[in-house]
Amino acid sequence: MKLHEYQAKELFAAYGVPIPRGKVITNPWQAYEAAQELGGERFIVKAQIHAGGRGKAGGVKLAQGVAETARLAEEMFGRVLVTPQTGPAGKKVNKILITEAVDIEREYYLAILVDRNAKKPAIMASAEGGVEIEQVAAQSPEKIIIEHGSFTSDLPSFVARKIAYGLGFTGKPAGACAKMIQNLYRLFFEKDCSLVEVNPLVLTKQGDLLAVDAKVGIDDNALARHPELRGLRDYDEEEPLEILARRYDVDYVKLDGRIGCMVNGAGLAMATMDLIKLNGGEPANFLDIKGGANKQNVVNAFKLLTADQRVEAVLINIFGGIVRCDMVAAGILEAMKEIEVKAPIVVRIEGTNAQEGRRILQEADFPFVVADSLADAARKVVAALPGGAR
Amino acid sequence: MSIFVNKDTKVLVQGITGKEGSFHARNCIEYGTKIVAGVTPGKGGQKMDEVPVFNTIEQAVRATGAEAALIFVPPPSAPDAILEAADAGLRLAVIITDGVPTIDMLKVLQQISCYDLRVIGPNCPGVITPGEAKVGIMPGYIHRPGHVGVISRSGTLTYEVVAQLTALGVGQSTCLGIGGDPVVGTDFVDCLAAFEADPQTHAVLMIGEIGGEAEEKAAAFVKAKMSKPVVSFIAGLSAPPGKRMGHAGAIISGGKGTARAKLDALAAAGVHIVEDPARIGATVRDVLKAQ
Repeated sequence: MKLHEYQAKELFAAYGVPIPRGKVITNPWQAYEAAQELGGERFIVKAQIHAGGRGKAGGVKLAQGVAETARLAEEMFGRVLVTPQTGPAGKKVNKILITEAVDIEREYYLAILVDRNAKKPAIMASAEGGVEIEQVAAQSPEKIIIEHGSFTSDLPSFVARKIAYGLGFTGKPAGACAKMIQNLYRLFFEKDCSLVEVNPLVLTKQGDLLAVDAKVGIDDNALARHPELRGLRDYDEEEPLEILARRYDVDYVKLDGRIGCMVNGAGLAMATMDLIKLNGGEPANFLDIKGGANKQNVVNAFKLLTADQRVEAVLINIFGGIVRCDMVAAGILEAMKEIEVKAPIVVRIEGTNAQEGRRILQEADFPFVVADSLADAARKVVAALPGGAR
Repeated sequence: MSIFVNKDTKVLVQGITGKEGSFHARNCIEYGTKIVAGVTPGKGGQKMDEVPVFNTIEQAVRATGAEAALIFVPPPSAPDAILEAADAGLRLAVIITDGVPTIDMLKVLQQISCYDLRVIGPNCPGVITPGEAKVGIMPGYIHRPGHVGVISRSGTLTYEVVAQLTALGVGQSTCLGIGGDPVVGTDFVDCLAAFEADPQTHAVLMIGEIGGEAEEKAAAFVKAKMSKPVVSFIAGLSAPPGKRMGHAGAIISGGKGTARAKLDALAAAGVHIVEDPARIGATVRDVLKAQ
C-alpha cells in the first residue's frame, strides 16, 4: 500500500523525525488560510498523488507569500499530472500539502528497504540528494552508501554513525542524522514498511536536518496486523475496478488495451498478457483468480473483467491444478446469467477436468471460441477483436 | 538422481488436519510420496487417513524419521513453523503459504541461518521429482521423468511449461517453484548450483518474472559456473511499472526489475532466451537436440 507524502510525514513525526511544518488541504479555498496559519514568507505547494516525479510535472511549486500560495494551489487542484510513474493517463490532484520553504544548504538521499538478494534490510544513502537516485546509481554508483541493518527495530548506533559520517556530516548534524536513521529504521520495522525514502533530506542553512520529502510503502502482506494503518488507504488514488477486485479477493490491474483476460496464477497471467501483445493485441488488464479460487471468485472475476467498458474481446486462460476447469466453466456460465456479454470470448482450458470444462462451455447457449493451445488462444482472441488489431 | 527430494524422502505435513493440508497430503501420497507424519498442535494421537498426527515436529521425527516438512499454516504461523522445522533437525521445509509479511521472512531466515535447513518458498507450489515424489501442490500427472530441471517463481506458469515439455516427450529431473515473494528461502542460484551438480539433469529451464534482481544474479552464476545449457523465459514484458502484478515480488520499481533488463542480462550470459510463452517447451527441446 502506498502512502501520500503527508501521511508518511505524519508517521515520521510520530517517530521523532523532524519535518518542515505543513498543512494538508482538500479544497482550493483552504490554501490561503493554511498558508496564513503556517506563517512566514515562502511556501511550497505540493500535489499529493501516488507517484514520484511530481516536480517536473508541475506538482511542486515554490510560492512567495500567502496570495501566490493560494493562487498556485488553486491552479494545481483538479489538474491531471503525468509523470514517468503515473502512466499516460496521469493522476488527478485531490489533495495538496502546503509547507514552509526551508533554506537549503545541501540535499541528501536516504532510504530503508529490503535487499532481496542479500535477504537483509538495507539503508541506502547518498550526498547526491534531490535528484533521482536511479540516475545517481547509473552515473556514479560510488556515491551511494549501502549498509545492511539489524533484524530488529533497533539499528545499532555504529551503523547509523557510519552512514552519517559517510555522508560527510560533522558536528551536531552528524548526530542528528544518525538519530534520524535509527528512528526511520524503527518506523520501517514496526510498521512493516516495504520502503521508507527521504529525498531530499535537507541540511538547512541554520544547521538543522529535515525530511523535506517522504515516501513510505507498507507491505500488503502485513496490513492485517496494522489496523491503525488501514485508514490511510486513499481510494481516490486507485482504479475503481481495482478496489472492487480487492473486495472480491482477486488480483487485478487495469491496463489500457481492449483484450480482457482472466487467468489463474500471477505468472501465467503475466505470460498471457505478453502473449496477447506478441500477437498484435493489447491486454486490458491483469487478472489472477488465484490458487484457491472457488466458483464465487470466478463469477466475481468474470463480472469485474467485463465491467471494463473498453474490453472488446475476452481471453480466458486456465491451467487447472487445484482449480478445477469444470468449476471455472460453471462459474463463467453463472456470471453470464447475471450480466449480458457481447464481446467474443476465447477459452483455453487445460489441466484438471479440462475436458469436462470444455464440454460445459461448448454446450452452453453462447458461441465460446475454444482454443487448444496458448498460441492458438492468442491468435484467436486478437482475430476476434472487432475491426482486428489496431 | 534429482535435487532436494526423491522416492526415499520422508515427509511430514504441518497443518495436515486443515482443509488444504489434508487435501494435498492425500494427493502427495497418491503420487507415491512418503508422507510419514502430520503435525497439528493439539491433535497428536489422531490419524489423517493412515498418517499419524503429532503435536510437535520433534515427536514426529522421533517416531517416523521424517526429514522434510511440507507446510500449510496460516501466514502469521509460518515463521514459527519454519523455526520448529529447523529446531527438529529437518533438512528441507517447503512452505506453500501465501501472504507471509516480508519482515517475518527476513527475521526467520536469519534465525535459521546456523541450521542445515533448506527453505523453499513461501508462496510457492513446492517441488516434484517426477515418478518419485511430489512435495507440493502441483498436479502430478502433467510431469514425466527425464533430464530437464525446471525452476520458476510462478505456480501455474510452471505447470504450463511442464505440460509443454511433457507433450513434446521431454521429461524433467526435478521441478520446483521458488515462490513469488520478495524474500524466499531458496533462490535461482541455489537451484542452478544443485542442477549443475545433478548427473540426471542435462539442461535447466528457468522461468523468471519482473521484480527484484534474482534473474540478474542467476545470469552471473550461469556465466561463471554452469556447463549445462540454460533456457529462460521472463514473464511480464508487457507489465506496467509501479504496479504489483499479483505476486508480492512482481513489481517494477524505480526502473529496476524490468523483464527486458533481465532478458538482456541472461542473453549476455549465454542463456537461451525465449520470449514467446507458447514456445518455451519447443525451445528446450531444440536446445537439447543441438547438444
